[in-house]
Amino acid sequence: MYPSRFNYEAPRSLAEAIALLHDGGDYAKVLAGGQSLVPLMKLRFASPDLIVDINNVPGLDYHRADPDGTLRIGALCRHAELERSDLLKSTQPTMAAAAPLIADPIVRTRGTLVGSLCHADPQGDWASVVTALGGSVVAQGPAGRRTIPLAAFVTGPFENVLEPDEIAVEAVIPAAQGTRSGGYLKLERRVGDFATVGVAVAVETKGETVTRAGIGLTGVGGSTIAATEAAQALTGQPLTAESIGRAADLAAAAARPRTDHRGSADYKRHMVRTFVVRILSRGAVEERAA
Amino acid sequence: MTVVYEDHGDEAAGAEVPMRRIKFSINGQKKIAEVEPRLLLAHLIRRGLGLTGTHMGCDTTNCGACTVLVDGQPAKSCTMLAVQADGHEISTVEGLAGAAELHPLQEGFREEHGLQCGFCTPGMMMAAKALLDENPDPTEEDVRWALSGNLCRCTGYQNIVKSVLWAADKLRAEG
Repeated sequence: MYPSRFNYEAPRSLAEAIALLHDGGDYAKVLAGGQSLVPLMKLRFASPDLIVDINNVPGLDYHRADPDGTLRIGALCRHAELERSDLLKSTQPTMAAAAPLIADPIVRTRGTLVGSLCHADPQGDWASVVTALGGSVVAQGPAGRRTIPLAAFVTGPFENVLEPDEIAVEAVIPAAQGTRSGGYLKLERRVGDFATVGVAVAVETKGETVTRAGIGLTGVGGSTIAATEAAQALTGQPLTAESIGRAADLAAAAARPRTDHRGSADYKRHMVRTFVVRILSRGAVEERAA
Repeated sequence: MTVVYEDHGDEAAGAEVPMRRIKFSINGQKKIAEVEPRLLLAHLIRRGLGLTGTHMGCDTTNCGACTVLVDGQPAKSCTMLAVQADGHEISTVEGLAGAAELHPLQEGFREEHGLQCGFCTPGMMMAAKALLDENPDPTEEDVRWALSGNLCRCTGYQNIVKSVLWAADKLRAEG
């Protein structure tokens, strides 16, 4: 399969890339890892006139924490780098759990977290994780930078609010206001398949009390689902079997799964509940042990 | 280098074909190629360079048969544009063997019966090469992890895993 014909530019600075997008108009696309865009182009679901390959733009292949704990992930930070990251293992349990579950190890050497957010696939794993953590995307265009909360960034399946001449340069995860726990569980038929169900849970606690919670659901609706009520059921109190059960019920209720070849809607809803309980019960056990 | 495309009638008549000149190396040999941006790396390797050891299986980023190394990292060459190879080092299965002897991975696949039809084998070997370059003493679990992006429909994977572990042992013994 071949993509349809396009022009290709590989700029060496962000300013040059933005200028190319500005002149390229509506049919220009940014290429970073290419692990979603290239297949879409081969299937001709996407037929851009211009590809602006940002892989030669220096200074985008980072992930780092600010002194206050805010995590920043650059547009060229590959999944594989996040999978190997000691920083994530020590400070970001939900992200550290998700990184090894993205696609397969070969795809992870090229694909990027920021690209995954831009792609806005309802089955994308990172979007649920970043939703659970209350993260944002930083877009840069001719007029400068703006920070867009992920909930506002994604407007529908495969749709985001980027202007044609904007580049998503960074994803931002806010600093934890307490001790962070949580995880990501994914039910998949085999490595590399899209999630039948994915559940991301991120919890912050001070002492015994949950000060913030977020739950994101993958693959059980037309877009990534923020299970807000479920998360609220956890906050302001210690994690207990009762609060965990209530949150799991509410998360299952927030899911909008459809029956397909990966499973029935009932099964998927049941798995959402099961995953919320598993992630939080494990977190609660670890916390008690500490 | 000329690449012939099927004419599906979906290209603008008389449209100018954009071409890019790229420099890259393949199995240590420096090359220059003129490529249309939409040419996939897998096709540059197979058609442009005639190195047909890199196989095209699913063409949808699933099967890993087209796995090559880009600067030592495994990549599915059906999901990379040839122009993206500009300035990079590509390694394919043809680069594994020396002039006189097979690479330990190739020996391992022979010794442990790591292939039947052989279609997935080059991709398996290149994914395994990337693993062993980084981790010379992998556990069985490490091998299974590294090969989890490569599909085999013949062997059930057991012998492929054994083959890679055989190669790891031999490479360590050779120092």
